[in-house]
Amino acid sequence: MLKFSLGPKVRQPLHLHDKKLKSLEKKSSEIREDLIRMLVEAGSGHSAGPLGMADIFTALYFHVMVHDPKRPSWKDRDRLILSNGHIVPIRYATMAHAGYFPKKLMMTLRKLGSPLQGHPEHAWMPALETTSGPLGEGSSQAAGIAYAGLMDASPWRVYCCMGDGELDEGQCWEAFQFAGANRLYNLTYIIDRNNIQIDGRTEEIMPLEPLDKKLEAFGLNVIKCAGNDIRDFVNGVERAQAVSDKCSVIIADTIPGYGVDFMEYDFTWHGKPPAKGKEAGDAINELRTLWGKIQSEHE
Amino acid sequence: MRTTPLQKGLNPAMFLVRNLFETKNLKQTPTRSGFGEGLVEAGKKDKNIVVLCCDLTESTRADMFKKVFPERFIQMGIAEQALASIGAGLSMAGKVPFISSYAAFSPGRNWEQIKTTIALQNSNVKIAGAHSGLSVGPDGATHQMLEDIILTRAMPNMTVEVPCDAIETRKTAVAGAKFVGPFYFRFARSATPVFTTEKTPFKLGRAEVYRFGNDVTLVAAGPLLYEALLAADALSKEHGIECRVINAHSIKPFDEKTLIAAAKETGAIVTIEEGQTHGGLAGIVCETLALTTPVPVERVGAQNQYGESGEPAQVLEAFGLTAPFIALAVVRVLDRKHGVAVSKIPAHMQAAEERRIMMRKQIFEEALSRAPRKWGGTKPDLQVRSNKKR
Repeated sequence: MLKFSLGPKVRQPLHLHDKKLKSLEKKSSEIREDLIRMLVEAGSGHSAGPLGMADIFTALYFHVMVHDPKRPSWKDRDRLILSNGHIVPIRYATMAHAGYFPKKLMMTLRKLGSPLQGHPEHAWMPALETTSGPLGEGSSQAAGIAYAGLMDASPWRVYCCMGDGELDEGQCWEAFQFAGANRLYNLTYIIDRNNIQIDGRTEEIMPLEPLDKKLEAFGLNVIKCAGNDIRDFVNGVERAQAVSDKCSVIIADTIPGYGVDFMEYDFTWHGKPPAKGKEAGDAINELRTLWGKIQSEHE
Repeated sequence: MRTTPLQKGLNPAMFLVRNLFETKNLKQTPTRSGFGEGLVEAGKKDKNIVVLCCDLTESTRADMFKKVFPERFIQMGIAEQALASIGAGLSMAGKVPFISSYAAFSPGRNWEQIKTTIALQNSNVKIAGAHSGLSVGPDGATHQMLEDIILTRAMPNMTVEVPCDAIETRKTAVAGAKFVGPFYFRFARSATPVFTTEKTPFKLGRAEVYRFGNDVTLVAAGPLLYEALLAADALSKEHGIECRVINAHSIKPFDEKTLIAAAKETGAIVTIEEGQTHGGLAGIVCETLALTTPVPVERVGAQNQYGESGEPAQVLEAFGLTAPFIALAVVRVLDRKHGVAVSKIPAHMQAAEERRIMMRKQIFEEALSRAPRKWGGTKPDLQVRSNKKR
């Protein structure tokens, strides 16, 4: 181990070596496991969305973003805005693994006095960048932050995670309009296209397709990728960063509840955690191996 | 029959449940269930009733209506601004729309649409605000709506109702369907005691006196009315202070007659609500009294602050909305009534602040103490029973 910190990571090519990829996949499986434990402990919260986004958050925090967990208010950090605030448990779990706060704080999710509020609150944890939960608002806040970044010719980039059901909100499209008109090339929207929302499948509640054509029409650079394939996602980010005259939006096709067989693709898991006991045990057991794809070091 | 000693002072004409103060034996139902039942009841009476919801049908209990009348249910997707305006459009074509979402988003997000297309236009739209108040609990401050009473009562033409339990919520929904004009009512997520009965009188625009007393008046709206009754009972037993308790479910139009009579007869008022005190129920009471019969008023509610995550009961206690804090407010208002000097910061607010700090510390540290070794704690791996069958 190095005794002296070399300072925060500087922006490097995003190319992913096999070894790094493997370690990221392992990390994301660990994070998923902790996520399930966290949700079981809290007794309420959302499951499917966070599980589906684990790979993307792992890739962002451990590979893509330039940030320093020791200095969350460092002015040149990349900003990650979470617009669909209800999936914040996965962000908490990833941040804990990245070293933003001690892991044992994960025990206190949704409890009185905890900085881990049910929906992200800036006042309780400034490293979250914004307060969110009411859908659509993060998309505009991210555009505002990115605009300020361009005004000052700042080196940092802005990433904004959004849900797909969230796109029902008119405000998202106002933000896309603004981002398209102002060519906010330092901003990348990441849409978690998992096809579910609370009441059912997105295409039944309020159809979004053809989503890519709609977004293109708003003047955005649209990139499609598989959200549960870290390499594909990182390639997508690379392609977004290569464009310097347009705001990019990555449509990441994710599988809701990824890693837990009985949660996958099932919208009823959108807004509830697994129950303590057998349900949680099953979930964790399935996660430990990701159907044998990943050899976990635990047990 | 269990009667007198426990129920001393209660108004028999209100037909409250017999075992009112046996809190553990009372039926606990969330007020939102009353909303669902009311929708179905109203839907059976009137074919023009349609229900709109923003991707929260199960949560708001609009699904009860959806099951019975699927053809009259409209799924909006997550779009509250369109919800308000489309609702107004439906009413213009003769429908009676109930637009439902969380109060934090409707009227929280679509206030301007409600103002223009519903209130100003005087459309016959019923706005149902679910998950109101601090008792939303773990979802945290973004979803705990404390300003909806203020927002809606600010609009001319609007009628505002805050029912106190599941039965009254059902009555409110049915009455709202019959009523012509913009109508807002709020209800809550967590289960609260059902203490009124079918026989309890209910009329839009009229406040009801649930308990007689001539020392001080407690004016409450919403599920916290039960806490007010508990406080009144405790004060009567322990200190001989007789509180009049008024159910002010009608926020707008407000029953000024009942309030002014109470102010004249008791000379001191305490307001109790699950919302911001500035401008909410406390606001109306203070305005009304300042214009007619000024008497000392104390306010129990969110004191210019936002809530936080936690179990519903814990959050209510941490923010000073339960019976003991109401009792402290009563003591203070009586001191003021009798001309005794009082502290600058009200005792109930001070006590709530201290309690909040203590509870935060306790609950937070209790959770931390159970942290497993893997997360830097001392306890073994979290016990989620594994499935060894495979």
